Amino acid sequence: MKRSKWGFFFIAPYIIVYIIFTALPIVISLYRSLFVNYRIGLEQVGPFFCGLENYAALLSDKNIYIYLKNTGIMWILGFVPQIILSLVFAAWFSDHRLGLKGIRFFKTVIYFPNLIIAASFASLFFSFFANSGPVNALLMDMGIIDEPFMFFSNTWSTRFLVAFMNCTMWFGNTTLLLLAGMLGIEDSLREAAEVDGANSWQVFTRITLPLIRPILLYVMITSLIGGIQMFDVPQILTKGTGDPNRSTMTVLMYLNKHMFSKNYGISGALSCILFLVTAMLSLVVYWFNFRTEDRR
Amino acid sequence: MSKALRKIIAYSVLIIVSFLCLFWFYALFINATRTNGELTRGFSLIPGRALIKNWNSMLHCALPVMSSMKNSLFISVTASFLCSYFSIMTAYGIHAYCFKGRKLFYTLMIGFMMIPRQVTVLGFVSLVDKMKLMDSFIPLIIPEIASPIVFYYMIKYMESTLPMSLVEAARIDGASELFIFNRIVLPLMRPAFAVQMIFKFVESWNNYFIPAMILHDDRKKTMPIVISLLRSANFADFDNGLIYMVIAFSILPSVIIYLFLSRLIISGITSGGIKG
Repeated sequence: MKRSKWGFFFIAPYIIVYIIFTALPIVISLYRSLFVNYRIGLEQVGPFFCGLENYAALLSDKNIYIYLKNTGIMWILGFVPQIILSLVFAAWFSDHRLGLKGIRFFKTVIYFPNLIIAASFASLFFSFFANSGPVNALLMDMGIIDEPFMFFSNTWSTRFLVAFMNCTMWFGNTTLLLLAGMLGIEDSLREAAEVDGANSWQVFTRITLPLIRPILLYVMITSLIGGIQMFDVPQILTKGTGDPNRSTMTVLMYLNKHMFSKNYGISGALSCILFLVTAMLSLVVYWFNFRTEDRR
Repeated sequence: MSKALRKIIAYSVLIIVSFLCLFWFYALFINATRTNGELTRGFSLIPGRALIKNWNSMLHCALPVMSSMKNSLFISVTASFLCSYFSIMTAYGIHAYCFKGRKLFYTLMIGFMMIPRQVTVLGFVSLVDKMKLMDSFIPLIIPEIASPIVFYYMIKYMESTLPMSLVEAARIDGASELFIFNRIVLPLMRPAFAVQMIFKFVESWNNYFIPAMILHDDRKKTMPIVISLLRSANFADFDNGLIYMVIAFSILPSVIIYLFLSRLIISGITSGGIKG
């Protein structure tokens, strides 16, 4: 066998599996999105070809915008504290002059929540913040409130809990990525600025931040892609209803609902829209990866 | 601001945040040892004595906890092993050989790296249905062979640790290409294999969205699906000890892995290229 043939041999399983389980589903989603196909009661309607009608129906209905807004709000509520915390921690960890001890311990602890099943974490919070749960009992014992606060009946407390959980699960990971970027900055740059009389805030904003901008962008885009997929936490926390009053219903929960009601036409259209959005965001990540490759 | 003051602030914030990261899970494990009566009276930092009782009620409850644990373990171990093995194989094919379409393949893989399977779920589920693979573990294991992110990590790792001269030398000694891959390349890649296997294991363990659409039979369910049932089942309403026990049991494998391999995991996040 010729040597170049071996190359094909080694990548063949990957290509075959990729085509069947990743490329083909994209084509099928696109194809099925062009057909009327839904269920009323026990009767399945369709499939009839209808062109882009599913897309028109989806985009002219105001629900999709509400769910997009919900997803966006909860993503921002979680991402802002996440990025601030990560920047501060990474700056502390990489600052030799500050000389913090136990960095490895702190890194280990803050990464830990990332490994926990999101479904279990959400379930745990549901129990803790239930009306008769331990958090309410604690707050009443301390005399802060007189009667249980219904965390899951209030739009903003539910959203905040979802955001808080996402932040807790992801800020450790972000810290480690930003830290790697900051440790890659040559010490001489910072030292030169310090000799010129810059204080640590100036060094951080004028030297460190601009130099880690590519990694910041990378973190942001990958987190945005993760945000679009937000599902496990709000789904479990609200038993799939997105309550109160559908204010925590995310786009993926909406897709999940249509899938379970066997509304395949609309599901296909929604799938394709989400695919398009993530593909565009991926292009930014792609550009980032190649830029860092050129630098090496 | 003086250095001492900055240090005090840094330590205080770090300790508070670390506390917030661990507290929930500490409380979870404590709660799993307490009776329902004790639980209604609020938090406690001291373990109760109902560990065995809660364990037994978990074994005898209506949820298929034990079979789900077995299913989850089986799926996660096989999926993560196959993923690491075939990603190294693919990376080696791209790294060590010259052939037409090599560059195109690489570019496409990196380009599509970030697109999650969730967004093509309709096509995926239709396909699985057509292939008569509903309620089977195959659609949750085999697709992991083609994981662009792991492939990307492996090829970056290979570029920095696998000298082509080693491969050339083995070829001159008459070793076959398969022998070189299995006996020389794979052992050299062992650290990367381990790191990616852990990450894939955890990812697969946590997977909820897709498995919930494919596994409907009670005996086939995985741990996250059982966790979601915990919320909808009415019988669990009157025994919180049981609920905490099931949740604690579901995260136990991740906790054990982390206790032993945290150093490997922490170093794996940033080594060999950037990973999200």
